[in-house]
Amino acid sequence: MAETVIFYLLAGLAVVASALVIGQRNPMYSVLLLIASFGALAGLYIQLDAPFVAVAQIIIYAGAIMVLFLFVVMLLNAPKEDGAEWDQAHPLRRPGVARFGALLAGLLVIQLAWALMRIAELEAPVGSQPDGAAVSSVRELGKVLFQRHAFAFEATSILILVAMVGAVVLARKEGTDL
Amino acid sequence: MIPLYHYLIVSAVLFAIGTAGVFLRKNLITILLSIEIMLNAVNLTFVAFGRYRGDVDGQIITFFVMTVAAAEAAVGLALVIALFRHKESLNPDAFTSLKW
Repeated sequence: MAETVIFYLLAGLAVVASALVIGQRNPMYSVLLLIASFGALAGLYIQLDAPFVAVAQIIIYAGAIMVLFLFVVMLLNAPKEDGAEWDQAHPLRRPGVARFGALLAGLLVIQLAWALMRIAELEAPVGSQPDGAAVSSVRELGKVLFQRHAFAFEATSILILVAMVGAVVLARKEGTDL
Repeated sequence: MIPLYHYLIVSAVLFAIGTAGVFLRKNLITILLSIEIMLNAVNLTFVAFGRYRGDVDGQIITFFVMTVAAAEAAVGLALVIALFRHKESLNPDAFTSLKW
């Protein structure tokens, strides 16, 4: 019972915070609300017996990535920028093409919910499978990550190196030598 | 015990919110944030299915998604800074020309 209440609390928090992220005019508030949404998702991961993913979510997403976003928002002084000469009407009330986009997004939810309702198998509770201890053990996770997925792991390190070099090259002032 | 499809519906709603954000917002930073929401929705699906099946593959794919999201955020924000230097604007409509 308590489990169900916690699930609905966290899920509601994640959905409401995410909805407010795209409803905000000020990108600073958007970033801070998204951190709340990520925190709620980390709680859901703990409920799914994935404590390591939950911690990584807090450290990588709420820590590193959102700090990067906050840094850029502050650097560009964006609150003054949004809603200047371009964006007079509130974005959610702008007619025409934007409404069509919102309609498509709503349609996506209905379609997905409809498809999910028709699969009877999904009624089974998530936590009822036997090997819960194996799923939540970090040792098991490390074994699979560094053995079966070793190539993908190494490829990821190259990806991060490329992204780092690319970000430095893109963000430096033009005309300056490295 | 929570049925699997509850997690999937939360994930679907989050993904739709992210999609709506990309369509509706006229601010490059908010659009990048919406992409992060979509990536997180997919992560939730992976972890829920991984727990449902009782193996760790779902969590491992989630790690890879997180690293790709970190790389995407770094490069995307560098692009936003470079664009802002040129036009002093964050509105995607300001960047319609292929050459400046």
